[in-house]
Amino acid sequence: MATTEYRSKVPFWRDPVKRGHLFQAAVLLTALAIGYTLFVNTQANLQRQSIATGFGFLEREAGFEIAEPPIPYSAADTYGRALLVGALNTLKVSSVGIFFSLILGTIIGISRLSHNWLVSRLSVAFIEVMQNIPVLLQLFFWYAIFYEAFPSPRQALNPLPGLFLCNRGLIFAVPAAHPSHVWMLAAAGVGIVGWFLLVRWGHRVQDRTGRLLPVHRMGMALTVLLPLAVWLLAGAPTAMDVPVLRGFNFRGGLTVSPEFSALLIGLILYTSAFVAEIVRAGIQAVSKGQIEAAMSIGLKPGQVLRLVVLPQALRVIIPPVTSQMLNLTKNSSLAIAIGYADFVSVANTTINQTGQAIEGVALIMLVYLFFSLSTSLFMNWYNKKMALVER
Amino acid sequence: MSDLIRDNEEIRPPVTKVGVLGWLRENLFNGWFNSLLTLATLYLLWLTIPPLVKWAFIESHWYTDPGVCREGGGACWSIIPKNVRFIFFGFFPEDQQWRPALTMILLVGLAFYSKDRRRWKKSLAVIWLVGILLMGWLMHGGLGLPVVETGKWSGLPLTLLLSFFGMVFAYPLGVLLALGRRSKLAAIKSMCVVYIELIRGVPLISLLFMSSVMFPLFLPEGVTFDKVLRAQVAIILFTAAYIAEVVRGGLQAIPKGQYEAADSLGLNYGKTMRLIILPQALKIVIPPTVGILISAFKDTSLVVIIALYDVLKTTKVTLSNPEWMGFSTEAYLFLAALYFVCCYAMSSYSRRLEKELNTGR
Repeated sequence: MATTEYRSKVPFWRDPVKRGHLFQAAVLLTALAIGYTLFVNTQANLQRQSIATGFGFLEREAGFEIAEPPIPYSAADTYGRALLVGALNTLKVSSVGIFFSLILGTIIGISRLSHNWLVSRLSVAFIEVMQNIPVLLQLFFWYAIFYEAFPSPRQALNPLPGLFLCNRGLIFAVPAAHPSHVWMLAAAGVGIVGWFLLVRWGHRVQDRTGRLLPVHRMGMALTVLLPLAVWLLAGAPTAMDVPVLRGFNFRGGLTVSPEFSALLIGLILYTSAFVAEIVRAGIQAVSKGQIEAAMSIGLKPGQVLRLVVLPQALRVIIPPVTSQMLNLTKNSSLAIAIGYADFVSVANTTINQTGQAIEGVALIMLVYLFFSLSTSLFMNWYNKKMALVER
Repeated sequence: MSDLIRDNEEIRPPVTKVGVLGWLRENLFNGWFNSLLTLATLYLLWLTIPPLVKWAFIESHWYTDPGVCREGGGACWSIIPKNVRFIFFGFFPEDQQWRPALTMILLVGLAFYSKDRRRWKKSLAVIWLVGILLMGWLMHGGLGLPVVETGKWSGLPLTLLLSFFGMVFAYPLGVLLALGRRSKLAAIKSMCVVYIELIRGVPLISLLFMSSVMFPLFLPEGVTFDKVLRAQVAIILFTAAYIAEVVRGGLQAIPKGQYEAADSLGLNYGKTMRLIILPQALKIVIPPTVGILISAFKDTSLVVIIALYDVLKTTKVTLSNPEWMGFSTEAYLFLAALYFVCCYAMSSYSRRLEKELNTGR
């Protein structure tokens, strides 16, 4: 009773709850007012410049070419399809980039902890240099290397048989198309599924009897041997599609353009330096006593790593590595600076041709938000799986 | 015992354990794997370093005409001294270039002056304010100096100004956003969450595009907004979201008892935050904050994409001059060194500051 009496005497601007409501209402109203003003201004501006709004332009003919599209595309296709090509290119460069930067980053992170003085110093130097130079400058650098330091196709560098480096990009031999390839791929898929099932079965056997089965070795053998068997059954085709110099350029083989290569090299080197630091911190976070305890109960070095060190290190490593993966995806938008047709680059061309700036920028943001959110959803799921289960 | 060790003779460790030999054994050749690794690394270095040294120093040119460079095989560093005025100052009128030069000296000097923590007083803020006004006057002109429009501001001063003001304005905004995200007021909290997640989910260039193509549409007819300023706003908005997340981490690390203690003293929200929580939280997050600031400094280079002439763009313009075409490697290496020195200085300063501030905890 006393409190309500007391409360009623407090003027409303001194009551934290009411003051909170008032403050929120003020902020919301301000935000709405700003939003409304912007909306009205934009409407007026668009009308004055007679720009149509809406996404109708996606159906219109794009009229520009895209080099090396991952799906069939020509200038006669729509803006919608052009943007799809751009999105697929972004997906391509970021997934390949993430894959390699995780591998390279792990190697360098472990090297930094090496007892070998030379190796650890070199890793430190690599990390410092790569982290402290803007990624855009690195992209320009690699792109310039392709066009200025590498010779023309006639004098192409040939470091390995079947691999050529020249100012037209990276050209290498691939196995000649053969109907058995599809079946080999299918066999590899069956092998991976079998591996997965074997691991589950192995766990069950271990839970029941305590016996450890070499499931990983069996699974690996399955994944390698099944496609090999298919290949042998198909008569072991060994024909290779080797690039040959014809006139001014190479024919055959697989060509990776300088734009794609420069983008990929730059992104991988830049991101792997950050991943390396994360991996190092993660490994250092595992206390020495854990490793000593694991060794004292007689685990082999491989088991110590797999059963004791990695599960604890990964807990520390996964969240920051996830943001590095997202950073790489976002940085791939710099492709526009060196002329690789990623999503931003295609969207920018679209904006310039149609004048639909708002829709274009909104599309760019939506696509990247989609990539970011789906990556972080997946990684959060994985993180939860690996996280420490506490009471 | 005394039989074994005679008076004046000191028993020294074996020669393979100390000195150069011992160090080599300990650090490079302990075990077959490490020895192999060392030899492989040395071989790789042998393959790369001598040709690189030959290219960069022995056969290089330092102050010649491009023609001479083309004949010789080595690096053509001449591109830097011959074009340094344009690379550094861009389109700033040539007879006025002492002004941006002085601005940069002022900025770097002020930064160096504020390095010492004993000088962190109210007077420092006044010095900075005067300094910023002076810089603005030097760059823009007026009051006796010819006016130079912002469209002509380019090169290194533009890079430094964009990143400096980006950091200065993004930091308080980021702190506010972090407080908002931790706030109990639902509307404020959700607005901050949406803002932070939205900005962190998109690449910086999409914001720069927004500033260059969408901003003009937002403004009422007749009002125009400077292009440099628009890019600056985009950089601030972007950096603030990242700083907010870092500061949030710091806020989460403050134990609940600190809040309760502040409450029991009868402090209100503002005082609690200003006197108790933020000083501790901001101190904890110095290293990641500097990390964000370093990325902000590097990310300023992205204004190239919306055709602002920062130092990277002026270098590219120099390279597109037919006379100097083909020497990109040298020019980019020079720029890389420039960026490296700045970023490295920032990160090593942060490490020192962290050590100095590491009093309690």
